[in-house]
Amino acid sequence: MDEITRASQVSRREVLKKGLLGAAGLTVLPTVIAACSSAAATPVVTAAPVVTPVPGVSVTPAPVVTPKGLTGTVSLGSNYSDAIPKKAMQDMADAFTKKTTVAVTVNTVDHGTFQNQITSYLGGKPEDVFTWFSGFRMRFFAKQGYALAIDDVWTTLKSNYSDAFKVGSTGDDGHQYFVPIYNYPWAVFYRKSLFADKGYKVPATMDDFKALCKQMQTDKLTPIAFADKDGWPAMGTFDILNLRLNGYQFHVDLMAGKEKWTDAKVIAVFNLWKDLMPYHQTGAAGRIWQDAAQALVKKTAGMYLLGMFVSQQFKAVDDATLADLDFFPFPSLGNAFDAEKALDAPIDGFMIAAKSPAGQAGGEQDNARAFVGFLGTGAAQDIYVAADPSNVAAAKDADTTKYNALQQKAVTLIGAAQKITQFMDRDTRPDFAGANGMQNFILKFISNPSQDLTAFTQSIQKFWDSLPPAS
Amino acid sequence: MTTVTAVTPETKPVRSRRRPIQWGNIGVHAFLITMAVVWLFPVLWAFYIALRSFADTTLNGYVAFPSSLTLDNFFNAWTQGDLARNYIQTLAVVIPGVILTLLIASMVAYACSRYSWRFNRLILMVFVAGNLLPQQVIIVPLYQLYLALPLPKAVSDTGVLYDQLIGILLIHIVFQMGFCIFVLSNYMKTLSKELTEAGLVDGASVLRIWWSIILPLCRPALAALATLEFTFIYNDFFWALLLIEKGAKRPITSALNNLQGQFFTDFNLLAACSVLVAIPTIVVYVVLQKQFIRGLTLGSTKG
Amino acid sequence: MTQAREDNALDLAGSQAGQAGARPSRRRRRFSVLTRRDKILLGLMVGFPLFLDLALIWGPALVSIGLSLTNWRNTQPLTWDNFVGLGNFERLASAYPPFWEGLKHNVLWFLVLMLIATPIGMFFAVLLDRDIKGSRFYQSIFYLPVVLSLAVIGIIWQLQYSADNGFIDAVLGFFNLPKPDWFGDPNINLWAALVAASWRHVGYIMVLYLAGLKSVDPSLREAASIDGANGRQTFQHVVFWVMMPINVVIVVITTIESLRAFDIVYIINQGKNGLELLSVLITNNSISEANLTGFGAAIAVVLLVISLVPIVIFLSWMMREDTSA
Repeated sequence: MDEITRASQVSRREVLKKGLLGAAGLTVLPTVIAACSSAAATPVVTAAPVVTPVPGVSVTPAPVVTPKGLTGTVSLGSNYSDAIPKKAMQDMADAFTKKTTVAVTVNTVDHGTFQNQITSYLGGKPEDVFTWFSGFRMRFFAKQGYALAIDDVWTTLKSNYSDAFKVGSTGDDGHQYFVPIYNYPWAVFYRKSLFADKGYKVPATMDDFKALCKQMQTDKLTPIAFADKDGWPAMGTFDILNLRLNGYQFHVDLMAGKEKWTDAKVIAVFNLWKDLMPYHQTGAAGRIWQDAAQALVKKTAGMYLLGMFVSQQFKAVDDATLADLDFFPFPSLGNAFDAEKALDAPIDGFMIAAKSPAGQAGGEQDNARAFVGFLGTGAAQDIYVAADPSNVAAAKDADTTKYNALQQKAVTLIGAAQKITQFMDRDTRPDFAGANGMQNFILKFISNPSQDLTAFTQSIQKFWDSLPPAS
Repeated sequence: MTTVTAVTPETKPVRSRRRPIQWGNIGVHAFLITMAVVWLFPVLWAFYIALRSFADTTLNGYVAFPSSLTLDNFFNAWTQGDLARNYIQTLAVVIPGVILTLLIASMVAYACSRYSWRFNRLILMVFVAGNLLPQQVIIVPLYQLYLALPLPKAVSDTGVLYDQLIGILLIHIVFQMGFCIFVLSNYMKTLSKELTEAGLVDGASVLRIWWSIILPLCRPALAALATLEFTFIYNDFFWALLLIEKGAKRPITSALNNLQGQFFTDFNLLAACSVLVAIPTIVVYVVLQKQFIRGLTLGSTKG
Repeated sequence: MTQAREDNALDLAGSQAGQAGARPSRRRRRFSVLTRRDKILLGLMVGFPLFLDLALIWGPALVSIGLSLTNWRNTQPLTWDNFVGLGNFERLASAYPPFWEGLKHNVLWFLVLMLIATPIGMFFAVLLDRDIKGSRFYQSIFYLPVVLSLAVIGIIWQLQYSADNGFIDAVLGFFNLPKPDWFGDPNINLWAALVAASWRHVGYIMVLYLAGLKSVDPSLREAASIDGANGRQTFQHVVFWVMMPINVVIVVITTIESLRAFDIVYIINQGKNGLELLSVLITNNSISEANLTGFGAAIAVVLLVISLVPIVIFLSWMMREDTSA
């Protein structure tokens, strides 16, 4: 137990030192403890409220920001349109109402529409608080003046989040605009029972990975399930290959336009992807990720690189199937960037819309601030991640004892990463990432991986260069 | 094509009159029945999927004999998609939309076709051409306009035209008006000139002539257009998607969007929801088929 | 020919033979009967709807033209700094491959509807025009897709085309035939979408044409058959020409439908990877997180200009019909 604790502290300190988006550095620890305690079956520990003292950092129980005398209402624009997340969101809102008597009206808009119309929405008549993502996407709207700075909320929240989360909530001007609720890792998912039956071992290196793929092919399995009809899932493959091959800094610079897509390093990424393509499920461009996940459920495919939301497809079958799901980090390539253990671990959360009624000083703004403050507490996030266990809570005081095995492993994986990225369409400008931009380029690559990659990357760079100034 | 023309009974017109029963007719029927099955199949298939459970299709695949049939998907779609509310939102737009569109269009058609004045034909064309423009051409400025146009709080809880059923109503009326004006003005041209003149001589106002003489005579055309416009407005989801922000205010066609999940897509549920969404227009079509087809015949520029 | 046109009682042909005579003099006389109040009322009856039409349709269309000359992003107030001249159009032509693909697909869409779907619809109409049993029943079935919302049509065809869950590939797989990736393969997905679009278009054209056929004077056909023409010849040499007004309407409708095409491809995959259409590119650029308002407006202007071609042709035809009658 000691060793494990120390190990995770080291990784945590590294995360903080490197300073970037090391999501949930602290949540690692409670989980490890929770894992140990549940393994040891000590009811006292599991039952205890999880306030995990960490040397050097004082963790006080959730400082719920509920100034006395709040009245009126607050509104929430939510893109959590699936049945389960929608209900979880409503439960959190109800909990806030119960605490403060402030009524929350939730306006749920389907995910795709919400995203497509976000600019019009924020420039139009938005709700006080809206659901959004960390990364460039968050900073962009902060810079446009569409979000309210909430530094005061963060003075109370600060102790409840790792520095990495704070960085992920901070705009270009140094102010905080965002309250994280959870994050989740992108990793290679597989079914434990399948691996056990066939005697497969989790691969650590690319050579092992390729060997495993070959073995699966001889066993008449599709090694890697794959889907990209919606245009974004395959971005995760590019991200991880680029992170492994060229490292975090290059990837981030490429996303920010500081590096060129015509760089030989980028071509190398596509070449690596091309080598792996024969192991991927064919017909990805016409398949939605839910159907690729079904291939994993039905054991016709062996592995699937996706975000942890893939588990929702397993949960829909039954709890036993969900319990059979496991994952491992994408294998390393044996280069200087192995130690980064970088991965995509996107953070979702909340912002206050400047053009909403809460944009004006007064009662509704106080309510909105109190509301996002509340959403930044473990008490609120517990409600959410219990209903939707494909994520891990962002707040330190969240109750991790009720996490399922997958959630606990996710905390460990994210904690071990020294570098964390959000996801291509969250890390780069939206007009570049969109349907007729990068989504389309990646689909073009998938449909013909052996095309002239020099010309291909040139067309990407040309597209980037033709975009108007970002703001 | 060639096979069918070969079996056309009219190739021997004289004989066909004497002998009504022909192999040719059977050939035509065989062809039509085949085509009808092909045409209907996708709809029936959606209905079949709607009757099967998610678990059943996951286990046995979509193309399989069902282990059981159930109406659960319909109930779930009804509750999960919040269809009752969406139906009401839709009707709140469609019913006044159809009535107002027809009233306004008939006024314009009346003024432009029953009376001749300097620009009457030009103005007709402005309306008709407006109806033919692709919607995408105007969306961006229209959106900004809706955000900027103030409305009294009594009418609009947002204080502007945006995110209001009344805003959707307005754009539907304006967009559909062109088509109805075209049809009605053509229809009114066929009515005798004497009607208007006699009225004017009797001292009736133009408004009265419109309401008591012309409108009643246009009843067939109005009935036809009402049926058509019902489906046009009911089926729209583009304007609502653009100009309505609150999910709960959206019309029934957008309920499909709500069920198409980000994380979880249940095609059985979606199929059931599609059937439920389609039912009102199918019912209206089957019941009022005669008017419907007539409406299309009367004036056919509707894109 | 003139005879035929007058006999064709189709309302949309605007046959006005009866009014042709002493029109100018009548016009004056009629106006003189109107009182001042009547004139004001008539002015209001036209003026108010006209105002709405100009404000909500033609106004925005003109503003789109203005916006197409800017790089406005709709997040900040529009200023002169946003003016980029024809920069957007240059970018469209040289650095934005989806534009040419979209244009190509719109043309292809038009050709398929025009050369395949429309003739099939006309053919159905000719078949159903004869006194065959169940004509009404067949009409209902072929017309059914037209009353469905395109959102519903999108779902219905997804259930047919999906590679993993769709009917078509399941059947092909059963017979061990190759299973095309209908939505994902950029070489075939446009054709798959066109099947769905044609499914709807055929019924539409059928009903229009049927209505036209019904109104053709039966004596014309009789005369043709007495002259020894068979059914096909009668159609080719007589009926088709009598139906000229409806033929024009059908061409216009087909053109406009091909330019407006949007919902089906948007539902399939938001119009990418082989399914680009101008309408979708406008939406993806201006009504999306990308938020390239000015650039989207430039594509809208291209679409506007192309749309004006069939609109102007149709209107001038209408005008000619009106005056020649």
